[in-house]
Amino acid sequence: MTVKVSMKVNGKPVSAEIEERTLLVTFIRENLRLTGTHVGCDTAQCGACTVQMNGKAIKSCSIVAMQAEGADILTIEGVAHADGTLHPMQAAFKENHGLQCGFCTPGMVMNALDFAKSHPSPTEQEVRESLEGNLCRCTGYHNIVKSIMAGARAMAASK
Amino acid sequence: MTTSLIGARVARKEDYRFLTGAGQYTDDVAFPGQTYAAFVRSPHAHATLKSIRIDKARKAPGVVAVYTGADLAAGKVGGLPCGWLITDVKGQPMKEPPYPSLAQGKVRHVGDRVAVVIAETAAQARDAAELIEVDYGTLPAVVNPAKAKNGPALHEIAPDNTCYVWALGDKNAVDAAFAGAAHVTKLDFVNNRLIPNAIEPRSANATYSRSDDAYTLYVASQNPHVERLLMTAFVLGLPENKVRVVAPDVGGGFGSKIYLYAEDVVVTWASRQLARPVKWTSDRSEAFVSDAHGRDHVTTAELALDKDGKFLAMRVRTTANLGAYLSTFSSCIPTILYATLLAGQYKTPAIYCEVTAVFTNTTPVDAYRGAGRPEATYVVERLVETAAREMKKDPAELRRQNFITEFPYQTPVALLYDTGNYAATLDAAMKIADVAGFKDRREQSLRKGKLRGLGYACYIEACGIAPSNVAGSLGARAGLFEAGEIRVHPTGTVTVFTGSHAHGQGHETTFAQVVADRLGLTMEQVDIVHGDTSKVLFGMGTYGSRSIAVGGTAIVKALDKVIAKGKKIAAHLLEASEGDIEYDKGVFKVAGTDKKKMFGEVAFAAYVPHNYPLDKLEPGLNENAFYDPANFTFPAGSYVCEVEVDRETGASQVVAFTAVDDFGKIINPMIVEGQVHGGLAQGIGQALTEGCKYDETGQLLTGSFADYCLPRASDLPLFKIDTRETPCTHNPLGVKGCGEAGAIGAPAAVMNAITDALGVKDVPMPATAQNVWRAMHRA
Repeated sequence: MTVKVSMKVNGKPVSAEIEERTLLVTFIRENLRLTGTHVGCDTAQCGACTVQMNGKAIKSCSIVAMQAEGADILTIEGVAHADGTLHPMQAAFKENHGLQCGFCTPGMVMNALDFAKSHPSPTEQEVRESLEGNLCRCTGYHNIVKSIMAGARAMAASK
Repeated sequence: MTTSLIGARVARKEDYRFLTGAGQYTDDVAFPGQTYAAFVRSPHAHATLKSIRIDKARKAPGVVAVYTGADLAAGKVGGLPCGWLITDVKGQPMKEPPYPSLAQGKVRHVGDRVAVVIAETAAQARDAAELIEVDYGTLPAVVNPAKAKNGPALHEIAPDNTCYVWALGDKNAVDAAFAGAAHVTKLDFVNNRLIPNAIEPRSANATYSRSDDAYTLYVASQNPHVERLLMTAFVLGLPENKVRVVAPDVGGGFGSKIYLYAEDVVVTWASRQLARPVKWTSDRSEAFVSDAHGRDHVTTAELALDKDGKFLAMRVRTTANLGAYLSTFSSCIPTILYATLLAGQYKTPAIYCEVTAVFTNTTPVDAYRGAGRPEATYVVERLVETAAREMKKDPAELRRQNFITEFPYQTPVALLYDTGNYAATLDAAMKIADVAGFKDRREQSLRKGKLRGLGYACYIEACGIAPSNVAGSLGARAGLFEAGEIRVHPTGTVTVFTGSHAHGQGHETTFAQVVADRLGLTMEQVDIVHGDTSKVLFGMGTYGSRSIAVGGTAIVKALDKVIAKGKKIAAHLLEASEGDIEYDKGVFKVAGTDKKKMFGEVAFAAYVPHNYPLDKLEPGLNENAFYDPANFTFPAGSYVCEVEVDRETGASQVVAFTAVDDFGKIINPMIVEGQVHGGLAQGIGQALTEGCKYDETGQLLTGSFADYCLPRASDLPLFKIDTRETPCTHNPLGVKGCGEAGAIGAPAAVMNAITDALGVKDVPMPATAQNVWRAMHRA
């Protein structure tokens, strides 16, 4: 059975005929070819597939695309400014070497963007707790924690 | 350019694409006419294949093809080769059983590949794979390496499941030293099996072009040229020139993406049968049973000391689990990369190590970050710490008393350490860790109901793998040099091609720093290309912390040639003799004058050779070099770990971790620190949270991230790290490598801290709350 889904992704209206069982992450990667959103597990543990749906960070492997009907989706491709300048959170990851292989990075950034909205000046402990659903195998989290602390402050300052 | 780029914290060139979702990993690549593969895997650890019925799958929607082991045999697809031949104690070659790409008659571990379905979509391939009916004749399985010898035989060639019994060292000298020792410390332990779990799952996408009879394989690999060599020469019998292997952005490796895997072979072979692209991407559940695992040693280790604490000898007996088949480099890990490191940082005069490597009905085991060296460090550093406690000596002082202090130093286990200053890293680590204040912190913790412990680990590793002739004499079936090429463009910008592969290490930045610094260019004027056999001349890839020491040196050697040729060109342009030309950071100068030519001017002259010594010199400026290292490099360091253990639950937390490493010269400290952080996290993970578990029938009990506990952010502290520097004596950059250190040193430091907190001799890794609680209540 196929079904038509329509939603807004990175500000652009998109729609497609897809199988009902199509996961949101599969829709984003395979139908829209937005391959910055990654799949790192099949048990909703790693968070590499994190996107924002209606302003909240969600794991796009955990819902089917149909559930996002009419929603406003933001993926990593839609985060930087239109002229290519990095968003303050992205810039903080670069400045603090908060990424190595880059595979978990989009999910980390998407989760951090949501977290920073409610935590303009987070403590180390708060950041570590916010990363409960995001796995990184390269960085030992050390510089990710520093990146998110710096990124959140930069976001608050730029408001 | 006046400021040096060497030693500068340059932000990474690769970050922009990763931060904007523009990275290009293998699964991101899709070709017109793309098909998708799904593998049928054995649910049993050990079984005969009585029949495989594929009719239903073949007729399922979207299915393009179904292949089994019979099809591969008919297609003359060979088995997967092992890259290292170990010769046993009797001078006999190790047992090398066949490792078929799809099972032939028998399966030997859960996840063993039985069939492949190729369909128009990934979902259709998976659906159809469910329709394949396999009639298995289940057999008893053996999982525990200590029981392998008397277990059911996996392979005809090895009825006792023994691949080899191998030894290193002077047994008689060791036995004699033990007989006269004042004190002997003995430990029995298991170095727990780990599952690497790079966050990018493995993936392979092969295309075949009939028009030029050529293949292109995109694959998540740490060494595309090695992948190509093994696949063409040993498995598919294809000419290398007809196969291009591309390892684009790769999302972490940690060893697990070194090897030639059956899935890569099958999709490549199938792409020709179908004349269509075939892609397979592992899901995490498959990764748990099909990516090579790491560690899994059962060891008895003894250290003999005289009455003053001087080390006299070490005796180690290890059974190493190789899993069901010989993965690409599996055989050299518990031997060449393990026993040779047992001297550690110490003047132990006599060492003997005997290794029995066995087959079991488990996923194959191979190199995982550190590869043999973490296991060796664990043996040495747990023994030393335990000996200190037993002899009522300060563990740091006992180490210091036995440190090697004069270099070069020939160990009794084959290695020649070129340089080091072990006391310097230990002093620094103790200061940063505030060891002096530990007593107070211990009391503070006690008031909160927590037991606090402090543990050291002083590790050494042999990196910069490896001198090819040495490796060859020890059984390596490949060279271990590296290749690099400097392509200078007419306007003086540079593209560098390297056989090293980056999958998180930041080579695009570090290597560019080396080149830009030497040529007086900006970082933007230098680009690094890696990971594509059609672009890079050759490469042995990235593992064993070898990239900067071997790959970086190849680049430096190519730079030397560029500069040597540049001097000739400059001499002509400046009407001076070549011997009078001095070169420094992009400027060719006539000695003692102000006459000079910039690097860009020389490059331009080479490509627009109007005023050029064409009678003596070829135009163009493009040089390559192959570098084979003269020796291993020997990074070393001292780690201090503090843990708190909850007295009620046994839950342990690393509350402070100090690492002081000597990596020789450092090109980019920011990147090096990141490597240390990541290594420490994996080492702490081994010690505290990660442990691969099978049940007795060979079912994997830790087959997801919900069961196999990768360290999360809340499991780790902010690390306190620093470096000390004794430059490597035998490569021009003075570099040693830094990728594995953390994973090598951390487990022993953590376990020394936990046993200190508890006042017990040993706790098994991983020191989960349950294991710690049991140890507390046994004591």
